[in-house]
Amino acid sequence: MGMHAAHAIVSGMGGMRTAGDLVARMQLNRGMRIDAAKSYVADKLGVSVPDLADSVTMAELREDLNIGVVCEAPGVAKGIDAKFRIAKLLDLDINCVNLFKDKIGIKSYDPVF
Amino acid sequence: MGNIVARMGDGDRVDMTEAEVQQDLETGTQDAADRAKISPLTSDEVEYLMELYRRKDRVVGVEDSKTCCLSYDNQTSKIERAHIPVSKFQQLMLFERAFGADTLELAHIDYSFKQCKHVVIYEKPNMEQAVLSTIAPIFYGAMPNLGLYSVPDGPVPNPMDLIPMDRIDEAREAYAQMVEYAIKDMVYVGSQLYEFGGADGINFDTTAASGDAEFYAALKAAEILHEKYPAMGIEMGMSGEFILGMHAEIEYDGVRLAGLYPHEQVKLCEKAGVTIFGPAINIVTNQSLPWNLARSITFTKACSEVSNIPVHANLGMGVGGVPLVLHPPLDALSRASKAHVELCRLDGL
Repeated sequence: MGMHAAHAIVSGMGGMRTAGDLVARMQLNRGMRIDAAKSYVADKLGVSVPDLADSVTMAELREDLNIGVVCEAPGVAKGIDAKFRIAKLLDLDINCVNLFKDKIGIKSYDPVF
Repeated sequence: MGNIVARMGDGDRVDMTEAEVQQDLETGTQDAADRAKISPLTSDEVEYLMELYRRKDRVVGVEDSKTCCLSYDNQTSKIERAHIPVSKFQQLMLFERAFGADTLELAHIDYSFKQCKHVVIYEKPNMEQAVLSTIAPIFYGAMPNLGLYSVPDGPVPNPMDLIPMDRIDEAREAYAQMVEYAIKDMVYVGSQLYEFGGADGINFDTTAASGDAEFYAALKAAEILHEKYPAMGIEMGMSGEFILGMHAEIEYDGVRLAGLYPHEQVKLCEKAGVTIFGPAINIVTNQSLPWNLARSITFTKACSEVSNIPVHANLGMGVGGVPLVLHPPLDALSRASKAHVELCRLDGL
């Protein structure tokens, strides 16, 4: 068992199995501490803070919001398309999303949930 | 009182009495408190650790409400290092979709900014492709590794050759030149991967391994990158709890860097524009893990208490109460992970 796997089980939020990737974005790009980041994401998603680390709740919500799930169904967002929607949901500039918009020559894109 | 199977800092299993574990917890926290002039753990916190060692569970975990975000160093070399032939891109997908990673990190196998500079032309399209097909936030990471800029690996006279000859001023001048080269490389690689590759952030890993001059170089690079790209995520993970005074006089923002401990390091990182700080507390191999764990938590807790930015403590081989072995045992790693996250209220690891 590698260290990364052990830490993920012992302490980690679970990445895109839950909302770990979303909370991490608020830490990374806004410098938010964990409780503030969790509250911010929970508020934006309209769920409770404990829901954020629950893989059952979050799998359903992520599928509904089309922001990427581990076991992908056909047509579900798989990469940059999910991040367009995450940027909108979290009211956050995501660097690669902006870069992608520049590359294809669009100024804005407003995903519908 | 029964016996407790604990380990030494080098991973060897040892039988200890409860009294011995208790004594090591108390002397470990006091060692950190004395060195950094910070508070030792309270009796309740020592009892929490004692209880953790009494438990017979092979693996322990944090309370649901205490889960935190994980970031990594050299992520795309971890599977490659085990000689499993998968590409860096495939490793990112594995971490995101199989290992529950909260963040990703693209890295070059020769994990230093100086070496990354030579392959940045290849790393940019790797990052461009990675951001198209992954969802978690992604860093580009490498080490400042100031040592690579001196002879025999670089162009600058080696301060370690000059200092024993009492040529102190020349050694300091050498450090100044190395710093200049290092800042240039870190800013170049960081800018390329962020502006053209689409990375969410840059990770400076194992910072200050070459001492105070290296810490200065990383802080300046972070400051320049933050000014160029205010939205860029910048993580700075350290190499040890104490900034070695190899130059001894170098300052950042009026603060002498030599001798700083994590609760002081983090404040300078905040000033430089760092968004995630990673304290690293080295293992003392000939002391027990209870001693090391209490010591590491004391330093890390003091850092987390004063920090305004997320703290992702380094808990790997030989740091953060994890024994100095290639394959850290689950009993030791899970106790270190849980205890750091809960007692220090960490934002991540």
